[in-house]
Amino acid sequence: MTAPGNTHGAAPARSPAREKWAAFVRNRSAIAGLALIALVLAMTLIAPSFYAVDPFDIVWRPLAPPGEAPAVPLGSDFLGRDVLAGIIHGGRASLAVGASAAAICLIFGIAVGAAAGFYGGLVDEGLMRIAEFFQVLPALIFAMALVSLFGATLAIIAFAIGVVSWPPVARLTRAEFLRIKELDYVRASRAIGASDRRLIWRIILPGALPPLIVAATLTVGGAILFEAGLAFLGLGDPNAMSWGLMIGANRDFVLEAWWTVTLPGIAIFLTVLGVSLIGDGLTDALDPRRYGSHLRHRTRWRGQGR
Amino acid sequence: MQLAPILGRRLLGAAALILAVLVLNFVLIRLAPGDPALTIAGGMGGITEEILRDIRQAYGLDRPLHHQFALYLERMLSGDLGHSLFFNAPVIDLILDRLGPTVLLIMTAMAIALTLGTYLGVLASRKPGGFVTNLVTVLSLVGYSAPVFWTGIVLLLLFSATIPLFPLSGMYDVRADSAGLLLALDIAHHLALPAITLAIVFLAQYSRISRASMLDVLGAEYIRTARAKGLSDRAVLFRHALPNAILPVVTVAGLQFGNMLSGAVLVEVVFNWPGLGQLAFESILRRDHPTVLGILFFATVMVVAADLLTDIAYGIVDPRIRAGTSPP
Repeated sequence: MTAPGNTHGAAPARSPAREKWAAFVRNRSAIAGLALIALVLAMTLIAPSFYAVDPFDIVWRPLAPPGEAPAVPLGSDFLGRDVLAGIIHGGRASLAVGASAAAICLIFGIAVGAAAGFYGGLVDEGLMRIAEFFQVLPALIFAMALVSLFGATLAIIAFAIGVVSWPPVARLTRAEFLRIKELDYVRASRAIGASDRRLIWRIILPGALPPLIVAATLTVGGAILFEAGLAFLGLGDPNAMSWGLMIGANRDFVLEAWWTVTLPGIAIFLTVLGVSLIGDGLTDALDPRRYGSHLRHRTRWRGQGR
Repeated sequence: MQLAPILGRRLLGAAALILAVLVLNFVLIRLAPGDPALTIAGGMGGITEEILRDIRQAYGLDRPLHHQFALYLERMLSGDLGHSLFFNAPVIDLILDRLGPTVLLIMTAMAIALTLGTYLGVLASRKPGGFVTNLVTVLSLVGYSAPVFWTGIVLLLLFSATIPLFPLSGMYDVRADSAGLLLALDIAHHLALPAITLAIVFLAQYSRISRASMLDVLGAEYIRTARAKGLSDRAVLFRHALPNAILPVVTVAGLQFGNMLSGAVLVEVVFNWPGLGQLAFESILRRDHPTVLGILFFATVMVVAADLLTDIAYGIVDPRIRAGTSPP
């Protein structure tokens, strides 16, 4: 399974996937990103069962600083709600909206980009005009309008974010399809009579995946930020605690109680930072065109030393 | 005269995009749950049957859909973006009132991000792996990962509340009745923090792009010639390499006007900056739909115009495009 250009001199041949994984874990910042995301996931998925305080419950006096009472280890907000509970429980809405918005964005983007790149001609022209239209819409203002007209539920918010962020994914997919569909192995598959559906999904798409995986991670980060922005403006789902909501709600009290705003912000920052570090690591590992020569050289050298 | 037909095609495309936004606005109101007249009136109280009847009349809601659309198009294209019942004023007046501060904020942030970002990019290109390169990497990670509204609040806490360097909010001191130069200074003082907040998001990105583009250009032969002539490092970097390397930065900056607008909405809310974003925020809280949709339309027109200007600027910056000749 190893391509001729991919062998490592005298070193035993390794599969491309393993080589990429090795390049990824060798990247210290990518590992830091993975650790951050593991921490955030543990906090949002597991911690709520250990720390069962309802983030909407009023448990102490308002605006108590961190450490004042064991009931509110990280202080309380302007209503006397537990900030720690908010941070632990608020991750769920942020991550759920971020992930589903990214999924919507990827499905839209890949479907449109694949059709445009594969069929070309009028289909390409038309689809790219539509993408251009969604690209000139000021994303946040459009999402604000959608949410104010149709209501602030998690589904509407995820949809609004997905709809405004798919054009870059579509452009990327299209470019990859344009490049790959002219390659010999695709021509060969076509020559032996592969159907369009098979060509698009089974033959071309796997080749286009590496940059799309990187784009997908960046999309998740962007969607989490976007959700936080909407929640900050008070357009989040009022029935779901989220980090953005905490910042928006406590904004007017920030001078008296810095912790109510700063701490949830750190949670958002670390989450998105983790996602973008992973994205950077994936770029290095998957996309030989960008950092190729440098990394490849290092991999080869270390590979021989094992 | 190669520029004219290109410009003509671009203008046509821009017109098509604006028409598409109008269709979208029209469809959104019709798709929203409930009576379109109620949607147009907005969710605030005090709506009488008489107001609804007036709206139905004005928007032709009792007539067939294509008729309604024609009516809507006619109103919008004549500059009538609707009437805000909350502010009791034409939406277009509200928008034009708030346009200046937003443009000032965006332009200042853009200028800071472009100059500082390009400068850092040039410095980083000189020594790959050096201190500035690492600084650019860290800056771009922070700039990308920190929510802009949070950065703004943290800067407020640091440089306004803790160290009282800058004012807390607003665009000018309402107590000081200053005019002329003093007023300009006062506005600049209020503008500093919001503009820096917004610039941080884009600064790192520009420095990354200009660094990559500089590294490309520095490999060219004419740079080797310039160095061989004995020119100083400075002259080579800034006089010979930068003019060629700045094209991608200009393109990306121009195409990011929409993102800048989104960022400006959040920054304006944090700093109480009296711009379009603040207006959008207020009108959404009041469920003032005509104003929200009016801002959406107006903002899209601004983005389309910015894209168009970027195309033209691109032609001016790059003499090869201006002359209509292909690169040698």
